Amino acid sequence: MGQITLKSVRKSFGEVDVIPSIDLAIDDGEFVVFVGPSGCGKSTLLRLIAGLEDTTSGTIEIDGKDATALPPAKRGLAMVFQSYALYPHMTVKKNIGFPLKMAGMDPAEAEKRIQRAASVLNLTNYLERKPGQLSGGQRQRVAIGRAIVREPAAFLFDEPLSNLDAALRVGMRQEISELHQSLKTTMIYVTHDQVEAMTMADKIVVLNAGRIEQVGSPLTLYHTPKNIFVAGFIGSPRMNLIEGPEAAKHNAHTIGIRPEHITVGDGPWEGVVGLSEHLGSDSFIKVDVPGLGIINVRGAGELNVHHGDRIKLAPAGKIHRFDANGMAMA
Amino acid sequence: MSTQSTRLAARFMVAPSVIVLFIWMIVPLAMTAYFSFRLYRLLSPDRSGWVGFNNYVWFFNSPDFWLALTNTLLLVGGVLIITVILGVLIALLLDQPVKGQGVLRILVIAPFFVMPPVAASIWENLFMHPQNGLFAAIARGFGAQPILFLESYPMPSVIAIVAWEWLPFATLILLTAMQSLSSEQLEAAEMDGASALSRFRYIILPHLTRAITVVILIQTIFLLGIFGEIYTTTQGGPGSASTTLPYMIFKQAIVAKDIGRAAAGGIIAVILANIVAYFLMRSIGKHLDA
Repeated sequence: MGQITLKSVRKSFGEVDVIPSIDLAIDDGEFVVFVGPSGCGKSTLLRLIAGLEDTTSGTIEIDGKDATALPPAKRGLAMVFQSYALYPHMTVKKNIGFPLKMAGMDPAEAEKRIQRAASVLNLTNYLERKPGQLSGGQRQRVAIGRAIVREPAAFLFDEPLSNLDAALRVGMRQEISELHQSLKTTMIYVTHDQVEAMTMADKIVVLNAGRIEQVGSPLTLYHTPKNIFVAGFIGSPRMNLIEGPEAAKHNAHTIGIRPEHITVGDGPWEGVVGLSEHLGSDSFIKVDVPGLGIINVRGAGELNVHHGDRIKLAPAGKIHRFDANGMAMA
Repeated sequence: MSTQSTRLAARFMVAPSVIVLFIWMIVPLAMTAYFSFRLYRLLSPDRSGWVGFNNYVWFFNSPDFWLALTNTLLLVGGVLIITVILGVLIALLLDQPVKGQGVLRILVIAPFFVMPPVAASIWENLFMHPQNGLFAAIARGFGAQPILFLESYPMPSVIAIVAWEWLPFATLILLTAMQSLSSEQLEAAEMDGASALSRFRYIILPHLTRAITVVILIQTIFLLGIFGEIYTTTQGGPGSASTTLPYMIFKQAIVAKDIGRAAAGGIIAVILANIVAYFLMRSIGKHLDA
């Protein structure tokens, strides 16, 4: 079980309200990703759930029981830290076994669990090493191993992949997803990387300045963002947000068009290509259109435009409309 | 990373300082060794000559020598135990966020800046003095007889004074080590269900081993030569009860005016220091490897 409910949770450090008030329900077995720009309160929110920070007001329920005042160890949650927080003087085996030892588990049973976790995470050959002798990805796995041996109600991940190089990050992302498939345990994952959010989540929670902007599945957020913030944050390259007369034509204060919903060739907008990135499969180009600003366009891989070219663009596909408050209009 | 020529150049560059340091060390040592085999009494300068191992034999036959040796090791061991244990505990307290942290830390470090004879005099006259001392006043307040610290317990008193002087050093080193412990490690241990005591035992203490090793090694070097505190308080007495090896050498050189015997004592002290260093490095030196 791993059902977590936040009810009007507020957190302030002195005068500053980091989290004004948050209500959120996380179902058992869900993979929830908290995503948002730095300083939006996502890590604080995770630490509140973990019990490493006290809530200023509001309640946190885990499996229907009020856990607001419980110490971290009593909440039945396990956390993987950004720095991994491995114990440098202990071997991998002792690191993974530490929570079991603290719980006073029978050594034989603990050994069995350690071996099982090690084989799941491909660490069997490294059990006698110290963390200092491991690579970044292996350390990451040890940190996860230390979390899974306890068989917690839910896993909390605090930007676990941000210290890894790009290739390893993709690999670990898949491993964590697979781990979730096999364990079926609730996972809460904090990241500022929207690609991680999109690829891993069952449910994304977009946070901004301590408030929840939108909660939903990755594709819901992508196709029907509730406001300009979500529209701009989810999706790479960014959605084009255009104000002024062009938006007024659609009876909106701002219109948003995804880069892939713009065609190159003939069209009403004419501009000069600034940057063009050719990835083979796709081409990302930035076009400076007078009156509209810089427009991101995602074209086919064989699109042959370069810096300085004059090209014409046409919107083709869904146009998102937002009112003066930045909220989406039907 | 270096080619043969740069390594050769490096050796040339380093050579002068190595040579100076070597002479700096070897000349006094050689002179001490030389005098330790000579008859050299300041009161009878006309008599001189080689005496073989006589000076050493005198030392080993002197009942004071074995007492002094024991006292030296007691002093070093006692002060190390007190400063390391109390140092860890005080560092733990100072690591907590409190108001006036800066002032508090300076106060804790302050005893280290008091020079040894002054510190010893303060303890002797203001704390341990049977008439004027604070401890005597406290004892009288409870209707008890004042304890004659320096007379009845000379060695423990000296150990207490020296420990008081060296506690700030230990605290300071251990505090900086404690501050370098990542808070995420402690939080991870907290999530793992470790109680405050277990966090200390399994996370903080192992993290401190290297700092504790440094404290022990540095303090041992200085504690083996403690002299001023004994000179100002007990003068090695009563009798020879608080005579240490350095103080015994001092007595031979300045009181008995026998330079030959003092030099032999000096060589014995050097050998003792090396034996201690050998065992220290063997038992705890491995903690210094990164």
